[in-house]
Amino acid sequence: MLKITDLVKRYGAGDPVLKNLDLTIEGESVVSIIGSSGAGKSTLLRCINRLVEPTSGSIILNGTELTTLRGKNLRAARRKIGMVFQGFNLVDRLTVMENVQSGRLGYISTWAAVSRRYPKADIQRAFELMERVGIAQYANSRADQLSGGERQRVGVVRALMQQPEILLADEPTASLDPKTSEQIMGLLRDLARELKLPVVINIHNVTEAKEYTDRIVGMRYGRIIFDDEPAKLDGAEMDKIYAGSPHADRATQGAETP
Amino acid sequence: MTSISQQFGRDEWTRFTPRQKLTRWGTLAGCALAIVWALSSIEVIWAWVWGAPEQIGDLFGRMYPPDPTNLVTILKVLWDTVNIATFATAFAVLLSLPVAYISAQNTTPNRGTLWLGRLILVTSRSVNTIIWALLFVAIFGPGIVAGIIAIMFRSIGFIGKLLGEAIEEIDKRPVEALEATGASRFKVIVYAIIPQVMPTFWAVAILRWDINLRESTVLGLVGAGGIGIVLQGAIDTFNWPEVATILLAIIALVIIGEVISAFLRRRIL
Amino acid sequence: MNTPRDTWEKPPFIANRALRWAVYLGLIIYFGWVGLTMPIDWGRVSEGIGRAGRIFGGAFPPSFERSGLLIDGFLESLKIAILATAGGALLSIPIAFMAARNVAALPIFYIGRAIIIIARSFHPVIVAILFVKAVGFGPFAGVLTLIIYSIGFVAKMLAEKIEEIDFGQVEAVRAAGAPYLSTLIYAIFPQIMPRQIGLTIYQLDSNLRASAVVGIVGAGGIGATLANAFGRYDYDFALAITIVIVAVILLSEAVSGLVRKHIQ
Repeated sequence: MLKITDLVKRYGAGDPVLKNLDLTIEGESVVSIIGSSGAGKSTLLRCINRLVEPTSGSIILNGTELTTLRGKNLRAARRKIGMVFQGFNLVDRLTVMENVQSGRLGYISTWAAVSRRYPKADIQRAFELMERVGIAQYANSRADQLSGGERQRVGVVRALMQQPEILLADEPTASLDPKTSEQIMGLLRDLARELKLPVVINIHNVTEAKEYTDRIVGMRYGRIIFDDEPAKLDGAEMDKIYAGSPHADRATQGAETP
Repeated sequence: MTSISQQFGRDEWTRFTPRQKLTRWGTLAGCALAIVWALSSIEVIWAWVWGAPEQIGDLFGRMYPPDPTNLVTILKVLWDTVNIATFATAFAVLLSLPVAYISAQNTTPNRGTLWLGRLILVTSRSVNTIIWALLFVAIFGPGIVAGIIAIMFRSIGFIGKLLGEAIEEIDKRPVEALEATGASRFKVIVYAIIPQVMPTFWAVAILRWDINLRESTVLGLVGAGGIGIVLQGAIDTFNWPEVATILLAIIALVIIGEVISAFLRRRIL
Repeated sequence: MNTPRDTWEKPPFIANRALRWAVYLGLIIYFGWVGLTMPIDWGRVSEGIGRAGRIFGGAFPPSFERSGLLIDGFLESLKIAILATAGGALLSIPIAFMAARNVAALPIFYIGRAIIIIARSFHPVIVAILFVKAVGFGPFAGVLTLIIYSIGFVAKMLAEKIEEIDFGQVEAVRAAGAPYLSTLIYAIFPQIMPRQIGLTIYQLDSNLRASAVVGIVGAGGIGATLANAFGRYDYDFALAITIVIVAVILLSEAVSGLVRKHIQ
């Protein structure tokens, strides 16, 4: 269970990006976070695994308070949190297998990491997961030889290799074409079910959010102003989330065209 | 014809505005002045200058035909020269890794190490190999060791600077991704930073090896080993035909070096 | 694939197994053999540590007492650099045209390339020794040396630039009936001049650096002053000279960079 209470993030002296935010995610639900650019979605996600330092508040994942961790303990906590990125963030010049195994870096010894002698169980799990998402044949290819959708699959497998207790996805489909983007969303949903894993997805595409997730959280200017099942997200709520931003038009259009 | 000049109200055209002309002529005059100053105050005996073409022609005349009797010795020291360049490059590459790491803004542990790194780079780069060689010959005595260390000292700055810049230009997103997996700093370096700077690393190492090959041909002139010693000996004894052979050997060495480095660059990059 | 594999190895850099081992073995043998047979007098080296202490002890604090000598040496280096850059940049233009495949006839092309290769092959110090023997000690040998050095770099880069020019412009001027020289001035020079100016400024900076070195073998300038100081065991003066050389090089690098940025 992920429980966020009274979370504040302020960059410098300006207005806080996250304003006393509370959010609880339980069980194995797929939660999407929507909102216009600058609403604080990405900051929220990055506060959870501390790529961004929260200013104040508390984030508790399965009984561990994340905001006060340092050094070794922080790394141990991070390996329980998988993350999928918008730009895939793969190491282009390494093979797909090395990229996938880099999800295990928090677990394996330094020698195993440097010499690329991965534990047998890890290799087996990597092949299982790669087979599951359909990239096993690329194990020896360099990551930059793959297409966008395939690269994001590598990103997903890397995150799952961590055997995470929660999976965060920061606009995982924003760099992909519509068809591939639906495939990745479907994959995230199915994997969440199969691995009994809670998944939090930042997303711009409201149609996809409605179709592939169990719960939608709407953010606006650092606050949560909508938190319910997808069916409850109607035009009026959409307006509240997106009103007054250039993204409003684009998002509503996306919602109307199936 | 008249209609055009009536239309535009002018019948002359110049490329530059008066102001542009002024700066152009000013710059030109400044350059000319600098040359005149240098020419008029430089301490040369002009009679020697007018006699120079004859003297140089005479020198080349005495070099012909090249004398290959000492070819075996020459090839032997040529091999030494290659070894000096290769060993010095190999050591310099290894030593420049930590220097590059601390002198890149995004990897250096703190400001102190950043400045230490930059100080090492500047010192190493600004002092020429020959000057380094003078120093190390004074310390270690004449021989290959002084040569290798001199070239190594000069190369660390060159390789370290280019490598440091490559580290500063890496894509930071994979670094973020690996930090998010809970990997330690060292593993992040091995998996996210090193693969990205590898191509630059090889390119710079090959380039420097090529340069070092040339540099190590002159080390002998200050006593630091290699073919320079034989060259100095031949010049001192006015054995010009042998000097010619040595010069030809150096040309061959440099051309072969360029071919090899071009091949490696194609293979590795 | 029912049960997934549990072994994986990184694909090796050299795919062919035999070749891979041959390369590794070759490297080990080369470094091992050459490293072990290197004529190193370890006694002399260990003695050197003490000597280093004495040298550095003698070098601190650096002595600027004879700053007159220092300044004279630098001015001479500067004059050498200016004259060599002017001469080298001018001579580079015809040589670059000779060495550009798209404007020169084949035999001339080979001559041009040969000049550049020879100029580039020899370290300026070797060239300096030869010129010192031919025309005597002093700055004149230095100027001649650095002219050769400048040709090696400027002509090479310029020839590459000429090979990249847009030939459409040349055709257009030729089509207008322009004679050879006008074609050169109107269609080719405007395309290469910015590059030539940038290269010249860069070369002035390089020549200043190199002039500090060729002096060591007798070709004048600050290098001669440095070599003398070293020869007379005046390590404190030598350090002072070295510090000033480093400072001047950093300054000239910064100025040259600024000027080139301003021009482009």
